[in-house]
Amino acid sequence: MTALVLLDAEGGSILQTSRSAIAAAARLGEIDALVIGSPDTIEAAAADAARIPGLRKVLTAASDAFAHSLAEPLAALIVSLAPSYDHIVAASTAIGKNALPRAAALLDVQIIPDVMEIVDAETFVRPIFAGNAIVTLRSSDAKKVLTIRTTNFDPAPAEGGSAPIESVAAPAHADTSRFVSEAHSESGRPQLETARIIVSGGRGMQSAEGFKILDPLADKLGAAIGASRVAVDSGFVPNDYQVGQTGKIVAPDLYIACGISGAIQHLAGMKDSKVIVAINKDEDAPIFQVADYGIVGDLFTVVPELEKALG
Amino acid sequence: MTERETMTFDVLIVGGGPSGLAAAIRLKQLLPDLAVCLVEKGSEIGAHIVSGAVIDPHALGELLPDWRDRDSPLTTPVTDEDMYYLTQNRAFRVPALGLLMPHLANHGNFVISLGDFCRWLAAQAEQLGVEIYPGFAAADVLIEEGRVAGVLTGDMGITRAGEEGPNYAPGMELRATYTLFAEGCRGSLTKTLMARYALREGADPQTYGLGIKEVWEIPADRHRPGHVVHSFGWPLDDHTYGGAWLYHFGRNLVSYGFVTGLAYSNPWLSPYDEMQRTKLHPLFRPIFEGGRRLIYGARALSEGGLQSIPRLTFPGGALVGDAAGFLNTPKIKGTHTAMKSGMLAAEAIADALAGKEAEPVSYTARFRSSWLHEELHGARNIRPAFAKWGTRRGALYAGFDAALLRGRAPWTLHFTHGDNEALAPAASSPKPAYPKPDGKITFDKLSSVFLSNTNHEEDQPVHLRLRDPDLWRPVNWDRFRAPESRYCPAGVYEVADAETEPRLVINAQNCVHCKTCDIKDPDQNIDWRTPEGGGGPNYPGGM
Amino acid sequence: MKILVPIKRVVDYNVKVRVKMDGSGVDLTGVKMSMNPFDEIAVEEAIRLREKGAATEVVVVSVGVAQAADTLRTAMAMGADRAILVQSEESPEPLAVAKILKALVTRESPDLVILGKQAIDDDMNATGQMLAGLLDWPQATFASKIEKTGDGIEVTREVDGGSETLALALPAVVTADLRLNEPRYASLPNIMKAKKKPLETLQAADLGVDMGRRLTVVSVAEPPGRKAGVKVGSAAELVEKLRNEAKVI
Repeated sequence: MTALVLLDAEGGSILQTSRSAIAAAARLGEIDALVIGSPDTIEAAAADAARIPGLRKVLTAASDAFAHSLAEPLAALIVSLAPSYDHIVAASTAIGKNALPRAAALLDVQIIPDVMEIVDAETFVRPIFAGNAIVTLRSSDAKKVLTIRTTNFDPAPAEGGSAPIESVAAPAHADTSRFVSEAHSESGRPQLETARIIVSGGRGMQSAEGFKILDPLADKLGAAIGASRVAVDSGFVPNDYQVGQTGKIVAPDLYIACGISGAIQHLAGMKDSKVIVAINKDEDAPIFQVADYGIVGDLFTVVPELEKALG
Repeated sequence: MTERETMTFDVLIVGGGPSGLAAAIRLKQLLPDLAVCLVEKGSEIGAHIVSGAVIDPHALGELLPDWRDRDSPLTTPVTDEDMYYLTQNRAFRVPALGLLMPHLANHGNFVISLGDFCRWLAAQAEQLGVEIYPGFAAADVLIEEGRVAGVLTGDMGITRAGEEGPNYAPGMELRATYTLFAEGCRGSLTKTLMARYALREGADPQTYGLGIKEVWEIPADRHRPGHVVHSFGWPLDDHTYGGAWLYHFGRNLVSYGFVTGLAYSNPWLSPYDEMQRTKLHPLFRPIFEGGRRLIYGARALSEGGLQSIPRLTFPGGALVGDAAGFLNTPKIKGTHTAMKSGMLAAEAIADALAGKEAEPVSYTARFRSSWLHEELHGARNIRPAFAKWGTRRGALYAGFDAALLRGRAPWTLHFTHGDNEALAPAASSPKPAYPKPDGKITFDKLSSVFLSNTNHEEDQPVHLRLRDPDLWRPVNWDRFRAPESRYCPAGVYEVADAETEPRLVINAQNCVHCKTCDIKDPDQNIDWRTPEGGGGPNYPGGM
Repeated sequence: MKILVPIKRVVDYNVKVRVKMDGSGVDLTGVKMSMNPFDEIAVEEAIRLREKGAATEVVVVSVGVAQAADTLRTAMAMGADRAILVQSEESPEPLAVAKILKALVTRESPDLVILGKQAIDDDMNATGQMLAGLLDWPQATFASKIEKTGDGIEVTREVDGGSETLALALPAVVTADLRLNEPRYASLPNIMKAKKKPLETLQAADLGVDMGRRLTVVSVAEPPGRKAGVKVGSAAELVEKLRNEAKVI
């Protein structure tokens, strides 16, 4: 069996999320990677993809239409390549979630999004009800189209391979959508929902002033900042910081909970994080029951130490 | 300020519980052309309903004689029942229950989910043309020239700071010739009416209980559908009224709960923890082993009975159900009484409409000549006997009153003070040692609240307020050590900085609308006002 | 401009679902059902476009069981003009729904289809994209802003790390994200009026669409609980573990 994996590149390098998609697809058989982009960026990205070990080949499709990964030409490209593949795979990122269902519909296939485990070539595990239930599904489609929940798969290595690069033609498509502009998040910090690392504070932060102690740590980690409901209710930070049942549901690679006791309402919003760190002076705090790493201590000492220890 | 919209009906009913729904159905049976509207603050009918419940189908049979043909949720008949007196490690079954406590006899009764029952009743009412609007909270009573003219529904989309938010929608005037208040125990508008029309004059103070309930799914081999168990005694002391229930019903479901009389005196007492630890008693524990908890909820109930029922009518309307206090406490049932009161009020409204009277006065007379009055009269001395003499002697009196006098005692016992006046100072009260939750049979408060599906739109004014914030420190803290943090079954009240500068934190979002704080706060300083419609618990089917 | 808004009846977002003890699915008996929150945002946006004069009619459609009619009434109470219910079994797959919607688009000829980016029950996040593919229409998913321009629309989309703006020719499909708007409350008079708005009921079979399932549920399980990890003594030790053991920094 052979899988085609769509890779995302940024500034000429392949994203880690795409390498997780490769790691997932490796369980399905041979892998061809697909790299798209404008003619002036594609070479660097293709070369970076070729260094990932385990790829049969890297396909490249260069076109100005791919500069912003618009769904219409991208889905058409995938459909044109599909006859050679049993599985079509991408990471569950904005691009994969946008284009793959469209391609699947054109192939008359029911897409399986957010795959967290591959049982066999036709059986997949994915979360439903915001992660409150996990379903195992068997697909009867001749071809499978999947997006991969990347936190469930350790990324394939970035280096060590030397796959051949082959260019493919982009099929013609109607010119009905056009990129106008883009804007990056203003704060310089990533958004909570998509951040890879989140530093979060609770009642233990004591005040709006106290909460600021998290800033340097978040800056150093390139992390988003979150908060528990108590911190929001106490006016330490605005409403949109809130993580939890009634706030945002997040699942970063690393969640650092500072002065958060870990009420179930908060846990409901972050329990799917890959690694949880808890810093709390109360060693009985429920947050320690879910934390992979815990430090019992005064966060006003520990947080600055942590920032320093990161170098 | 945006202009308020107005809608006018013949009869408006506030609250979609058994009394309000029964009143609505009866009204449409009597006068099919009447415009009857019912509003409910829960997001759907049943969303705020908590009860045991064993239902006596007496009133239902009068309301809908063919209820058995209507696919009703009365599917688990009571098969057998036991009453136990508990000590810490032992359970003594009360012998000859039917003889000693004839009011408890459950033959012909059913174990139900009262939420499901209300959903079903609502469907019957809608078939008759009653307009039912869940998600709309009646926030204020409209009173014009001394007469209740309807209600104002709450504004939606007011921000926490009290300003109009982006999706602000002003409340509206719902006007009606007659308005029935069916808010359940300690209704916030009922409270206003009692003050405005001095309805409690001449009645005993109301005494309340707090019922906290869990629904469990248990292994099939331990499930005995229709089996009903009650207990009294441990873990409460002799001066605190209350006990546990456990009903097997449906498909491997068990309704378990605990009622604590809110006249308790020890400010350290935590009804929530009493409920949790009772599950560990050898009588109950084996039922829960290997099961899983599905739902959690809590609600106050009016226990005073006949002596505590206020005047029922006022110009433009009446009180029905537990808002008036029709619960039959010794019988541990209030659904049939609530329904009957709603039906009587509906009939009185028909009288008043015919006679063009402002006040549906015939409600009182109809009540006095009904089986409802007879039933409550027969039970009137039992609850006060417990208040007067404690659990053990109270129980003896109850046996004497019920079995020998058959409720026809020539005397009537009275309640002398409100539940809020009952607390002793914290310094002179013993602290109970509650076990830590084990995460299997007993649980912490917040993971319990999680199972009530409670939610309030965040950006709205806090619906629980201290009338005088300065009173909290000297009264609630200095004297009673914040009893609200213990009696609230939803973790709404927390004390922050207890060691340095104690202050009260109100997590209004957790509120399950049980009303206990409004009842038990020593100086009646906590004011429960209705939050945005649709907020509060979302109890699912089976509750 | 005519707008079609497909909506789905799902378990209310406040309800904590539970997996059946036998692992055959999620227990939905007696559970409160509501309009999918993302679809509510889609309905609101369509109504706002009509209120601004950019659209003339808002038609809501749902594919599902008979009770989905209540959900359609809610959308009409918010302000949608009329509704179509396509009756089918519970929770059909996105591909089948997209095919039904394609058939309705052929019948209704809307200029724009707006729908929620995903349903909060199966979290598929697919129907909009699939419909756009089947119709060969342009798409803009995860919209946080929609503006009518001369002959098309400009849509700002939420993408990883920021946002981007696309210009689409009409007809087009847009899926709504959380920040697009804050839906209005349906007022009591509007709920009453909605009872009298037209609601047409069709059968999936009438539209000639094969509703056959492509995915079979093998089992449904509770998510695995997390276990307590280790306590570390110092910040330095924590950094070492995060780097070398967990490999997350």
